[in-house]
Amino acid sequence: MLDRFGEILRHGMRNRSFVTGGIITLLFFSIALLSYIWTPHSIENIDIKSKLLSPGTGFLLGTDHFGRDILSMLIMGARNSVIVAFVATGIGIVFGVPLGLIAAASKGWTDELIMRFNDFTFAFPSLISAIMITAILGPGAVNSIIAIGIFNIPVFARVVRGAALSVWKREFILAARSAGKRTLRISFEHILPNTFSVLIVQATIQFAMGILAEAGLSYLGLGTQPPAASWGKMLNEAQTFLHFAPQLAIYPGIAIALTVLGLNLFGDGLRDVLDPKLRRQR
Amino acid sequence: MMKFKRMSLGLVFLIVLLIFASCEKQEKASLTLAMVLEPTHLDPTAGAAAAIDEVVYANIFEGLTRINRNGEIKPALAKSWEISPDQLTYTFHLQQGVKFHDGAAFNADDVVFSLNRARAEDSVNAQKALFKPIADVKKQDENTVVVTLSEPTGSFLFNMGWGDAVMVDEASAEKNKSNPIGTGPFKFKQWIKGDKIEMVRNEDYWGKKVALESATIKIIPDPAAAAAALMAGDIDVFANFPAPETISQFQKDDRFSVVIGSTEGETILSTNNKKGPFAKLKVRQAIAHALDRQAIIDGAMFGFGTPIGTHFSPHHPAYQDFTGKFEYDPDKAKKLLAEAGYPDGFNAVIKLPPPPYARRGGEIVASQLGKIGIKLEIVPVEWAQWLDQVFKKKDYDLTIVSHTEPMDIGIYARKDYYFNYDNPEFQALIVKLNATVDQTERYQLMGQAQKIISDDCVNGFMFQLAKRGVWNKKVKGLWENSPVQANDLTEVYWEK
Repeated sequence: MLDRFGEILRHGMRNRSFVTGGIITLLFFSIALLSYIWTPHSIENIDIKSKLLSPGTGFLLGTDHFGRDILSMLIMGARNSVIVAFVATGIGIVFGVPLGLIAAASKGWTDELIMRFNDFTFAFPSLISAIMITAILGPGAVNSIIAIGIFNIPVFARVVRGAALSVWKREFILAARSAGKRTLRISFEHILPNTFSVLIVQATIQFAMGILAEAGLSYLGLGTQPPAASWGKMLNEAQTFLHFAPQLAIYPGIAIALTVLGLNLFGDGLRDVLDPKLRRQR
Repeated sequence: MMKFKRMSLGLVFLIVLLIFASCEKQEKASLTLAMVLEPTHLDPTAGAAAAIDEVVYANIFEGLTRINRNGEIKPALAKSWEISPDQLTYTFHLQQGVKFHDGAAFNADDVVFSLNRARAEDSVNAQKALFKPIADVKKQDENTVVVTLSEPTGSFLFNMGWGDAVMVDEASAEKNKSNPIGTGPFKFKQWIKGDKIEMVRNEDYWGKKVALESATIKIIPDPAAAAAALMAGDIDVFANFPAPETISQFQKDDRFSVVIGSTEGETILSTNNKKGPFAKLKVRQAIAHALDRQAIIDGAMFGFGTPIGTHFSPHHPAYQDFTGKFEYDPDKAKKLLAEAGYPDGFNAVIKLPPPPYARRGGEIVASQLGKIGIKLEIVPVEWAQWLDQVFKKKDYDLTIVSHTEPMDIGIYARKDYYFNYDNPEFQALIVKLNATVDQTERYQLMGQAQKIISDDCVNGFMFQLAKRGVWNKKVKGLWENSPVQANDLTEVYWEK
């Protein structure tokens, strides 16, 4: 396993989007982790007297309309994004992957049932469905995680099923079968490890989607609630200040764009690196 | 071919010119006014929401008397009245030739019906207290009504000018929620829920016809959209602009008039006086000391507002200033909290309705109370949910809302009101106030009432909402202050 990791890294270093995306992603995670140890100022401390200060003046990026330090808000927002996107992707993997494996293994009507149900959830635009779910469950960070997570399930189920179907045709599966292994055991012991590469790539994409979705929901007031910080919420609050304090919107905007870009580049690069066929073409 | 092209180009130019010319000639006679909150329905006699009155008051519905832009009592459907020397009998002489919008005639029977309906046992009127002094309503003849009171009531004529006391027709009363039929200068046309309410001029109006041919009330809950809609000219008027931070921008723009006026809106941190820690006076006192009112005004309203220390309008002559009594002092607040038995504070929930004063103010209040150890969980609720959960079912710890009814200190005497405040001394005082006619004595009683609720820290008294009117400079005749909940369009016109 370690050998493989080293190999990926070695190949990755030659892939430009893998490196750029990786650096941005690493930076993003480091910032999110940093929030647990240190932020320049406390974001729970509302100090109206120092509201809307311009950058510099003791606050590197200035303050917002409540006198909170924008840099600290961004750092806390990064943590919030990571948590929401991580858990939501996790929900997708935990439920989606077994579903995909079962569908691929059983074919027949179980496959039909799972996949048609997948199609059904897939048919709704995910953000709109997330809005619907948070409207029912009530706004809040946890509910937005659930909402985003639910719509990750069919994505992973579909990807894993596709990959699993091709693995099922391979010889070593036949060997495992003739050795008397049960379908379920084969699925988890042999099929699953061979779908890892697509799974990881898909996970980075869904992670980026999760960050976007969280920002969108919070922007609409359905996601993270005050006093917690969220990039989407910062954008929402900045709206009415656009004319005289545009930096309030620009900073979180850049943060979202850069992070999503980084994750997507990383995912793209990872796919190229993990796919030996593509690698050879380069 | 070239010639044809040039000709068609000329034609297009001509058409465009014509369109512009016709626009120029046409006088503007419609008005689009925007509000933040959508009314739950349109019957002012059956709901507490200010948004209802802000649509229908004086425009669609009228009462016996009406309150004008200066807060004075003026004749409306009653053209005159006499009061007996013992202050118990009011004889109202009605306007003649008045018709409801559906063509039904308005007469003494409608007055008897409207008042009896409002004060009935099963009445759904949100301000039943206004009608409580009425002992009897009698029709003397077609155009005369005699109202007998059980006790002298100083504010009776003012009360009859409230939106909750408007005149309705028996035949249409039940349908007023969706199809309001009144006697006013505007007729209800249609209501597209979530978008707008349209009214047109009542050509059969009994009084002076209004200048506007039609009026549209648009619902724009989002402050950023509100600013954009005004800038773009999609709406002409925002009588109470929700984004105070952008007001300076409109002040610099000479297409707009920005008028900062007064309202009757006491913005308070409403407290459930029977729930958990909040039942203790010391806890409520601690909260009063923990609130930095000026910071709330500056943070939530960008400076537009006046700090208050009790539930009364600062511009009223009987106002008592108690803001100094509970000065901002977190250390004292912490001490009081410890004395109450909560040295480490406690957790509570604050439910916030949509207006920015509540959502923004709530975040600031949560931060201020957090400093003394009261950890608030912020729960944003929609307006309908707020009315149902907080106002009706009293299922809340804290909330923030502006009480925009005029002279509404009497709500503290209502045991069943959502504050859950029950003080017999205060209740007796309000009974006495209601029965007092002499002005000096009334003011003195009002002062006492203000002191009691301030001493008891019933709610966190924060600030008086300022009316922030932003409208097209050419629109004239709008109210600058809000002595009652209203967007009175009867005197509005476009300057040429």
